Amino acid sequence: MQATNILILIIGLGAFAFFLGRGRSIALAAPLGGIRKLHSLPSYYGLHAALWCALPSLFLLGMWMMFDDPLINSIVVKSVASEIAPTNSASYNLLLNKISNLADGILPRKGENAALVAAADHMISLRVVSRWSLTALLLTLSSLGLLWGWSRISASFRARPVVEKVMQNILLACACLAIFTTVGIVLSVLFESIQFFRSVPIFDFVFGLEWSPQMAIREDQVGSSGSFGAVPLFVGTLLVSAVAMVVAVPIGLMSAIYLAEYASKSVRAYAKPALEILAGIPTVVYGFFAALTVAPFLRDLGASFGLSVSSESALAAGGVMGVMIIPFISSLADDVITAVPQSMRDGSLAMGATQSETVRRVIIPAALPGIVGGIMLAISRAIGETMIVVMAAGMAAKLTANPLESVTTVTVQIVTLLTGDQEFDSPKTLAAFALGLMLFTVTLLLNIFALHIVKKYREQYD
Amino acid sequence: MTQAITAEKKKPAKKTTAKAVNSLDVSDHKATVGKNFADNAKMTMRNVNVFYDDKQAIHDVSVDIAKNEVIAMIGPSGCGKSTFLRSLNRMNDTVDICRVEGQICMDGEDLYSPKLDVVELRARVGMVFQKPNPFPKSIYENVAYGPKIHGLADSRVDLDEIVENSLRKAGLWEEVKERLHQAGTGLSGGQQQRLCIARAIAVSPEVILMDEPCSALDPIATAKIEELIEELSQNFTIAIVTHSMQQAARVSHRTAYFHLGRLIEVNPTEQVFTMPEHQLTEAYITGRFG
Repeated sequence: MQATNILILIIGLGAFAFFLGRGRSIALAAPLGGIRKLHSLPSYYGLHAALWCALPSLFLLGMWMMFDDPLINSIVVKSVASEIAPTNSASYNLLLNKISNLADGILPRKGENAALVAAADHMISLRVVSRWSLTALLLTLSSLGLLWGWSRISASFRARPVVEKVMQNILLACACLAIFTTVGIVLSVLFESIQFFRSVPIFDFVFGLEWSPQMAIREDQVGSSGSFGAVPLFVGTLLVSAVAMVVAVPIGLMSAIYLAEYASKSVRAYAKPALEILAGIPTVVYGFFAALTVAPFLRDLGASFGLSVSSESALAAGGVMGVMIIPFISSLADDVITAVPQSMRDGSLAMGATQSETVRRVIIPAALPGIVGGIMLAISRAIGETMIVVMAAGMAAKLTANPLESVTTVTVQIVTLLTGDQEFDSPKTLAAFALGLMLFTVTLLLNIFALHIVKKYREQYD
Repeated sequence: MTQAITAEKKKPAKKTTAKAVNSLDVSDHKATVGKNFADNAKMTMRNVNVFYDDKQAIHDVSVDIAKNEVIAMIGPSGCGKSTFLRSLNRMNDTVDICRVEGQICMDGEDLYSPKLDVVELRARVGMVFQKPNPFPKSIYENVAYGPKIHGLADSRVDLDEIVENSLRKAGLWEEVKERLHQAGTGLSGGQQQRLCIARAIAVSPEVILMDEPCSALDPIATAKIEELIEELSQNFTIAIVTHSMQQAARVSHRTAYFHLGRLIEVNPTEQVFTMPEHQLTEAYITGRFG
């Protein structure tokens, strides 16, 4: 049976167990004087039975799916005829691929080595055995669980605490899964990066001033030894982010002040969602807006002033990215400004301060740590932003501080390194992981810093 | 209507239960009893009505506040005394739905006339709030805030002097002179409240409004503030809202009793607490409700 069918079957059994358990508890309660005589509500008895029925089977199913294939593979490879037996890990993988392709019918069997065909047949038979034994095992387990859960039901059985405990553990498992996934991603990036640093010294990568990741694919190719200095990329990233911040911080902050302090309720009711629509526009839309509208406009504008503006410029990408970040800053700043207690405003207004004096001298200083935290989060967002810069910032890894020129960013380079046909062991590809690791480290540090500031601010007024 | 009018509809003099007093209908109560007008009035209020949307919070209040007097406003919760106090320096402007009718004048100048500059008004009528609300700045900057925004100091030396004088008047100087540049929020509650008073008097207002200034403080801090009010009354006119009748009795010259948005009685404090004219006042001060 297919795994999905088994899954549906288990869930169906669980539902069946729920109604069965609930029905039994109600039936048990009837002669005692109604469900108030039960320790827990009938649905808890139902859930208890359902959990016993479904959870162990689901767990087994998961485990089986994880270890099923590797186990079958190793059995098959071990038992192949000696003339095709693998000698190293590369030939092991190759052999396995061939056998499983034969087994799945992707490769034609005609004309293949007899030993290979025999191995493929072996694999097919093993798979069938595995499926059927899994199905049988799961059905038995589910039935046993159902029976156990069902038999434990009595008026005095405390089903509620058991169900609560299991629920709590399920939630815990979900939380752990999220954390482990993150850890897994970080570790995989880390290991690939370490592999990269074996061929390119870490010092050259972090402090190198030249980025040109083209590697010779064949021995006889000329002049493409590749150089992996990440400095131009980080300078480009910082330049684009700085432009974005120059646009986003003042506009975002001022619109937040207007919304929080000046706008009447009705204006706020329309203006705030309208601003937040900006946050809902997909970044790819911003990207082609930047590449097709803003960049040519800036180039023509520059030309009319006698400035040479590249048609893909840091200014265009950064400016549009800034627009994208405005709602991010304004909604965070709005939150911290509204969190400043009304008594501060009253105190200042009662001293005869005008509203703008109150904002400038009391509200902003009081909200400053929170605002700075928000800006930090916005910066880490800008640094990690990809789509806009891919489309509008350019590819040339120039080491420049001039926003009118085309620059490239870390994220853009990761995209270009990993798209298209790649060798997965060449430094060119592995460089993407190293860049990702460095980017991750930078944004992580920024986020920690920002959260620290935001937290400190929370303790201010008591 | 220059003299106090005794209540027209006195209820039978026999003792009423707390419940009966609470249910007394005051909606037909027309006039305030006692001496609500003064000869040397600093502020005069005539037929003041305050509304929150359609709900009327203050009904037809007429009263004077004399120069250099301390007038206490007492009454059960929700009787409108804070609302009334906040309409004296137009702090009610910050509440969108609040509307003030009638006439409120200071030195004969209508506070609600369109020509009046509310910034200037609030510099002349200072306010101290229920909960101490020092700004998250240093002690020095808290006191210097008002003088700075009103341009009262020409030099740093001037400003230092204003800050020191204000802190001295608020009785806080000796306690904080060593740490003027530390955060004002780091002081104790009582010190914070005195800092707020120092902040208010730093702009030399003529009137100081205090909205339950001691309700968040312990008895010792309260005693200090009350002492301070006594001293301040030599230079300032003070209107204080309080929940504590003992406090009203200790610090004020006249006491005004509010009930459900109406000003029931205004009389010299001693008289209010010994021989109240109005039965509601008597019921309140003898603790039968409130």
